[in-house]
Amino acid sequence: MLNFHVFRFDPSKDKESRFDRFEVPSLGSGMTVLDGLYYILENLDQTLAFRSSCRAGACGSCAMHISAGGGALGGNGQYRLACNTLIETLIPGAINNNVTGQIMIRPLAHLPVLKDLVVDLTNFFRHYETIKPYLITTASLPDKEFIQSTKQRKKIDKMIDCILCGACYGSCPVAAGRPDYLGPHALLKAARFLFDSRDTADEERIKLVGHNAGAFRCHTIFNCQQVCPKDIDPAGAIARLKMKIILDKLRRFFGRS
Amino acid sequence: MIKRCDVLVVGGGLAGLRAALEAQANGLNVVIASKLYPVRSHSGAAQGGINAALATHPAGQNDNPGLHAFDTVKGSDYLADQDAVEIMTAAAPDVIYQLDHWGCPFSRLANGRVAQRPFGGAGFPRTCYGADKTGHYILQTLYEQVIKNHIETLNEWLVISLIVENKTCSGVIAFNLQSGQLEIIEAGAVIVATGGSGRIYGKSSNAFTSTGLGMAIAYRAGVPLKDMEFIQFHPTTIIGKNILMTEGCRGEGGYLVNKNNERFMKKYAPDKMELAPRDIVSRSIQTEINEGLGFTDPAFGGYVYLDIRHLGADKITERLPGVVEICTDFLGINPIKEPIPVQPGQHYTMGGIDTDKDGVTEVQGLYAAGECACVSVHGANRLGGNSLLETLVFGQRAGAHAAQYVAGRAKQKFNESLPDYFLKQQESRLQQLTMGAGPDKIGAGTENPYQIRNELNKTMDALVGIFRTESDLKYALSGIEALKQRFRKIKAPGIFSSFNYHLLWVLELEGNLDVAEAIVKGALARRESRGSHSRRDFPKRDDVHWLKHTLATYTKEGAVLSDRPVTITKFQPQERKY
Repeated sequence: MLNFHVFRFDPSKDKESRFDRFEVPSLGSGMTVLDGLYYILENLDQTLAFRSSCRAGACGSCAMHISAGGGALGGNGQYRLACNTLIETLIPGAINNNVTGQIMIRPLAHLPVLKDLVVDLTNFFRHYETIKPYLITTASLPDKEFIQSTKQRKKIDKMIDCILCGACYGSCPVAAGRPDYLGPHALLKAARFLFDSRDTADEERIKLVGHNAGAFRCHTIFNCQQVCPKDIDPAGAIARLKMKIILDKLRRFFGRS
Repeated sequence: MIKRCDVLVVGGGLAGLRAALEAQANGLNVVIASKLYPVRSHSGAAQGGINAALATHPAGQNDNPGLHAFDTVKGSDYLADQDAVEIMTAAAPDVIYQLDHWGCPFSRLANGRVAQRPFGGAGFPRTCYGADKTGHYILQTLYEQVIKNHIETLNEWLVISLIVENKTCSGVIAFNLQSGQLEIIEAGAVIVATGGSGRIYGKSSNAFTSTGLGMAIAYRAGVPLKDMEFIQFHPTTIIGKNILMTEGCRGEGGYLVNKNNERFMKKYAPDKMELAPRDIVSRSIQTEINEGLGFTDPAFGGYVYLDIRHLGADKITERLPGVVEICTDFLGINPIKEPIPVQPGQHYTMGGIDTDKDGVTEVQGLYAAGECACVSVHGANRLGGNSLLETLVFGQRAGAHAAQYVAGRAKQKFNESLPDYFLKQQESRLQQLTMGAGPDKIGAGTENPYQIRNELNKTMDALVGIFRTESDLKYALSGIEALKQRFRKIKAPGIFSSFNYHLLWVLELEGNLDVAEAIVKGALARRESRGSHSRRDFPKRDDVHWLKHTLATYTKEGAVLSDRPVTITKFQPQERKY
């Protein structure tokens, strides 16, 4: 038996948020947190709101804060994807050995709650858009593809895997205090293009992220790196951005291009 | 407030985004409506790659679009329309170059060109890839272009009906999930690009959201669904969740083995082995399982092993990192050290909304592209790597044609009350639905929609799977009829509330039932075996009677079938051997 404690808030009705407790049976090996949420929607409470789509860790819809423990609440809490978080991993014994598990689920932080686990992603995507998240090149386009060596291509490995789930943003203490902070997801995307051999807009990109609410606002706390469900290292990418910006400034200072 | 645009694209996956970019490049005002956020679309879960005869691979120097067309037609068991296939394969190389120019991070060869890998049913290594996340990379790339070009996206708007009068489409009625309200979007042209209908099945590699509602709304608006009986079962989905294990595993050299550790494909496709087309490999796996040569899991049924261990840690980590992630996350195994338990699972809808090679449908101003459409380039069996290609080629063509249609048309005078009429119609329909057809009380219904969906899933898995018989299909059809009756008494809460996902799933289910009926009726009628459609009672292909497309037309009494000849240009049907 699993007790799901789910954050509930409907701004059209509720003055305050609350946690509802749902008793969910073990659904067998392979059961995920998302399976539990669907069990609630389908059998216990048809007003529960949560996003999901691919159920395979690929689409980024279901990032939320999930904590679990066999007894007291609050252990091992982390921003995760509900779809690839196995109950058995969270609470060993909960599926096959009748260990009663407590699972607490909250929406992504630092974004307004629209309903229950559904948050308003407007600000999240606005930041993403401001860094010009697309390839910019002044080179004349070749007839075929750009020639890019495997070594050049390797420089953007992992950074290109971001699914924009928002787990990093929810976990970032800087984003908590500074809604104007671009956030790990947007800065990662900026780095992805800055280090792409086909992109020629270094100067513009440095301007776009080199400001007060950009790369230097990152305090290298590394929560983003810890929570990323795709094992990407946004903090590392931001560090590379900072280095690039500083080198660029030094170059300018010494008058070398 | 009524929204207006020149071209409305329904769906934010690859076909939809590509269509939107093209229509906008033609100078029109374009809006994309997605029930998700575009980047959440299931295109992003595509793994193995996209086909184009680039001839970059050392073993593929002699490849060309003509050979790509032949492989596609042969793979389709000669049901594809060959003129459309030739258009697609000829356009393919430029599609790849354009994606590269837009920043798509394809994997590279040592000489800096786009890398290609072998795939099923292909004469050469022809599948361009970005590790095993090709769909994700392309989806991100197109979404980046959508941002660059400032195309408006209506996120989390579920289009539930088309505004069609006198066989002309002038917009849609959509359910805005956030506001909970029904809204009108008026448009000069509407392009439906809503993806497949995999979730009619239980064991499916598809996203929960791949339900086929887009097919259903076009079908109800008078456009036939074509070749719906052709459902692709992917040979390798992990047991339990049925998440895809890319064909790239076998393209890179992976084996399929039974419980005797035998590479059983030598019995079924001695030349191509594991790289035979998907219909053949899935049938082979299912045969092994049925004959007791596979393994059995008490909860998840029969399976065989996909073994990639001999590829070595370096190659697996470099080329198949997503496979490692999925195996680790969902099965708790490391495919570098252990074989992967796999079974066939529903994967792709070859059929769909009947269109021509420009996405044009029977309804003026209504277009379709991508998996929800049927051009047809896949015929009875799609080759791996051709679906991403189809979305881009025919998304672009639909966008271009729609733009031309809107721009070239004299300002048509619509009956101004028309959108309102359709809105009211949908409102009262939803009210009926949420009353459970009871007298006057919201939520008076008694049927749980999820139980109906689960029963539909089980019916389709058990009776309309890889191997089919007349008696099974008849039983499935009567089962679907019964579920449709039960659907009329569905229990659903009120309409106009924010993020009413329950209502969303009810509406999806309604579409599922219509589409499922078309699938089963088509399968029942087609008394032959061709591509993915294997009738035990009619085991041979029958070109004399069945070298033709099936068309299912919606009526209140259910689907009515007709047919249409296949277009043959260069390749005369011959026996398929691999």
